[in-house]
Amino acid sequence: MSDKEIDKVTGTETTGHEWDGIKELNTPLPRWWINIFYACILWAVGYWVVMPAWPTINGYTHGLLNHSQRDSVTAAVNDLKRARAARETVLANASLEQIQADPKLLQFAMAEGKAAFGDNCAGCHGAGGQGAKGYPNLNDDVWLWGGKLEDIQHTITVGVRSTSPQTRQSQMPSWGRSNILTPHQIIDLTEYVVNLSHRPADHAAVARAAKLFKDNCASCHGPEGRGQRKDGAPNLTDNEWLYGGSRDAIYDQIWNGHGGVMPTWGGRLTPATIKALAVYVHSLGGGE
Amino acid sequence: MTAPIRIAPEAAQPLPVQAADGVARSDAEASNSASYRKLYKSRVPIYPKEMDGLYRQIKWAMMAITLSIYYLVPWIRWDRGPGAPDQAVLVDMAHERFYFFFIELWPQEVYYITGLLILAAVSLFLINALFGRLWCGYSCPQTVWTDLFIWVETKIEGDRGARIRLAAAPWTASKVAKRVAKHVIWLTFAVATGGAWVFYFADAPTLLHQLLTGTASIGNYAFIAILTLTTYCFGGLMREQVCTYMCPWPRIQAAMTDREALSVTYRRDRGETRGPHKKGEPWDGRGDCIDCKQCVAACPMGIDIRDGAQLECINCALCIDACDDVMAKIGRPLGLIAYDTEANVERRIKGERQRFRFIRPRTILYGAVIAIVGAVMLFTFVNRQTLALDVIRDRNPDFVTLADGAIRNGYTLKLMNRQGAARQLRLNLAGISPRKVVVIGLPDTSLPATVALEGDAVRTVRVLVTVARGDFLSGPQPVRFTLSDAAGRENRTANAIFVGGRQ
Repeated sequence: MSDKEIDKVTGTETTGHEWDGIKELNTPLPRWWINIFYACILWAVGYWVVMPAWPTINGYTHGLLNHSQRDSVTAAVNDLKRARAARETVLANASLEQIQADPKLLQFAMAEGKAAFGDNCAGCHGAGGQGAKGYPNLNDDVWLWGGKLEDIQHTITVGVRSTSPQTRQSQMPSWGRSNILTPHQIIDLTEYVVNLSHRPADHAAVARAAKLFKDNCASCHGPEGRGQRKDGAPNLTDNEWLYGGSRDAIYDQIWNGHGGVMPTWGGRLTPATIKALAVYVHSLGGGE
Repeated sequence: MTAPIRIAPEAAQPLPVQAADGVARSDAEASNSASYRKLYKSRVPIYPKEMDGLYRQIKWAMMAITLSIYYLVPWIRWDRGPGAPDQAVLVDMAHERFYFFFIELWPQEVYYITGLLILAAVSLFLINALFGRLWCGYSCPQTVWTDLFIWVETKIEGDRGARIRLAAAPWTASKVAKRVAKHVIWLTFAVATGGAWVFYFADAPTLLHQLLTGTASIGNYAFIAILTLTTYCFGGLMREQVCTYMCPWPRIQAAMTDREALSVTYRRDRGETRGPHKKGEPWDGRGDCIDCKQCVAACPMGIDIRDGAQLECINCALCIDACDDVMAKIGRPLGLIAYDTEANVERRIKGERQRFRFIRPRTILYGAVIAIVGAVMLFTFVNRQTLALDVIRDRNPDFVTLADGAIRNGYTLKLMNRQGAARQLRLNLAGISPRKVVVIGLPDTSLPATVALEGDAVRTVRVLVTVARGDFLSGPQPVRFTLSDAAGRENRTANAIFVGGRQ
């Protein structure tokens, strides 16, 4: 940049850089603009001093304000709890029926239930409670342990096959894996179960499996295969299959006897939150 | 768009005192011209000379009108009956309503705002294609407030010459007093500007009382502080810098304009060759411009209009007033600087007749767009209904299979009554033969249902529709929710689908 080169058209100095005959103009920036850049740099230096900024070997610089986002969140959560305390107490003391009868309390319970469902339940049951293989759908009208408000509340509190002493407990034996029944018998039983749910099945196999079903399955699933809620035994005559309704899936379930675990939430969530969850799950569409 | 090349101002060049008899020659420099700028150029203060004339009077009138609208509109009352705000223009964020005299808009009707913005943009293009930067020159807030602040400055410190002398003068008590007075008055206007802004978002009398007693929310004070700062900085301190460096419109305008667009033009065909004129000298063989630089002295942007059209020029036309004044004094025809077109200047240089082409492809196109958008908006507004129905189908789960194989879909319906009075409505479902319909949130638990909807309210209702497996056809089935008022005047239909997977 020995000589200033002035662009003839604009009267502006060029930077001296040239690409295929195209030259870059050195358009002047206003002084106040560059001053704003300097102000930003000063702001950054001030920020380093007052706010947490630099990592060190064992931690980080805390800054003069000793600001911590974690503390802010904790404080905000505590503030929220205090703000909700009054209504939370009302919710804790109200019966499930009282909650359903009071529109305002119901709205509060639904909001809390929805949030608590997203935090605690959606991981297995899905964000909308739609369930998945091995995880019950909470939207439909099929309930292993009952779909009344009290039933749902109790299931959430004690869990299924959980560590709670009062846990809901049922156990489908692994008929094949434990060598109780032979593969041929299980094939026959599969046909029998397919027949129970009103689908075309091999009549000879169904006839052969009738006695097997009566001896081994009817004690829990009932003589007609309609299941029993006190044992958590599924109804085999409906269209809902927790582990799948195909012949392969039914065979697999008789052979292995899958049984999922639902944790006990009694010690982890407050009774009020569990009530809110029960009301929310009941409202999904299948509540009894 | 080309500017003559000037490397540096000749600082101490002696100037004739008079450009012509009775016309002072000003030593004004076009300090904001592109050719004078250096890297990191500090702002050279501009001291525009106060001129009187037709355009100055128009600008005073525009200032009075636009500032009155801005400051006074929040105080207009408009009775909407009990329970509704009585402010004519109000953006009610908390209750999600926009009130404009007899119009009440809900957030769902934001497309009216979109339409207005399209109209505003295309109108700006059209006006620009016809008459140049009228917006910049007369009604842009930056122009109006800068004009106001310069007026305050002139009243306190005097006209151009006095202001230049004051700036150069040592800091005496008198100078300090003048400067303090000026900035205090600027800040007063700036605070009033910020204050007026917040009145559009809350009941103005209530908010004013809260502001004065210190009980208004922090957000109001924050907005007033921000707008005070921007008004004070932009109108008082930065002025032409905002237009030259910060505003995108001069750049866009350069692309939107053409040679047939009217703009403030120095008629170089008549003005050149310029030069001082002595009384009695003939005018033959020279131009009418006596190089008195009154146009430069009057320019609030610090440019020389004689350099031709340039992006810094806001077309405020104050140079026209300045030049006409001079032309009258030296006995030459007015309009050496005037609203004219670049094309006309060239036509006259070539000896052709001047003409104004207002009807051009671009003005026809802009006009057509404005007419179409305006007609669509008017049509939708005239046919606007005060009843609305939105349907949101459950997506998670998409559908639910029940124990007997029946399929259930869930819908969340939003029923909106945009009129002030409560009304009786009837909600129904068509397009499908359901086995069972459950309504949650209404006294009627099935459809058709009667809904009592309060005035100016939204009601959310859940509807669960179950279809027997045998009745369900494969693929998504269209369903239709209908909402009609008991009087039968209005009814709304919302389409949705019913899905059940592959059967």
